[in-house]
Amino acid sequence: MELGSLQRRYIDFTTALFREGFLDNQYTQLQQLQDESNPEFVLEVVTLFFEDSEKLLDELSRTLDQQVVDYKKVDAHVHQLKGSSASIGAQRVKNVCMAFRNFCEERNQEGCLRCLQQVRQEYFLVKSKLETLFRLEKQILAAGGSVPVLW
Amino acid sequence: MSSSRGGNGCGGEGERQIHVLAVDDSSVDRAMIARILRSSKYRVTTVDSGKKALELLGLEPDVNMIITDYWMPEMTGYELLKRVKESSELREIPVVIMSSENVPNRINRCLAEGAEDFLLKPVRPSDVSRLCSRIR
Repeated sequence: MELGSLQRRYIDFTTALFREGFLDNQYTQLQQLQDESNPEFVLEVVTLFFEDSEKLLDELSRTLDQQVVDYKKVDAHVHQLKGSSASIGAQRVKNVCMAFRNFCEERNQEGCLRCLQQVRQEYFLVKSKLETLFRLEKQILAAGGSVPVLW
Repeated sequence: MSSSRGGNGCGGEGERQIHVLAVDDSSVDRAMIARILRSSKYRVTTVDSGKKALELLGLEPDVNMIITDYWMPEMTGYELLKRVKESSELREIPVVIMSSENVPNRINRCLAEGAEDFLLKPVRPSDVSRLCSRIR
């Protein structure tokens, strides 16, 4: 694909991500911390987020599947997921985590299981969106262009 | 993807570079805080627990500041703060606490225990700039 259309696609895609609430301003903060001496910073941090989150989602499934649910443990995991999603600007994931913590406090297993499903969904959605974003950036650079700066 | 957002160089340079020990059990947050501090020219060492922080401090504390997450398994940032302030070798080191939760009691307790400052997460470069004048 031609450079101009790649860049246009990148702009449209990114704008939509923010408009639809997948990402918030914290993601922009990440982008601003990337520079010539740390050219892969965003990718590095987001990759850590992916690894961390998938581990936490597995732990959450396991913990909620017990006969007697340890809600303190569930809450601790959700707290971690909320923290890391907030740190990279994954707004929708963070928001589900907030609701999730309320259900933990109420020791509401059904509510928790629903939230787990929702947070998993939101996580895989944002993951796929970010992977698309990174792919677009790579294509733009490969075509000899520079990635539009939207801030 | 290319703009240079170097901090304000508060961390100094060469021999006068300020060494910060950053403590956080989250790999994402460790990466963030390290990058933010380094962009302000601080020298940074990261560890993932209070226990490891104390081990490092016990070895050869050329650490000029500690910045720690509050909520960590096994040893909280508050407990780490207390241990540092109770130690005659370490008590002069300024300790900054980070937390994702804005709990006034918690903040007050930390400040009362001798914390230099309390930062709300996610931490931003402007939060770190604010520390600049206190840590000298």
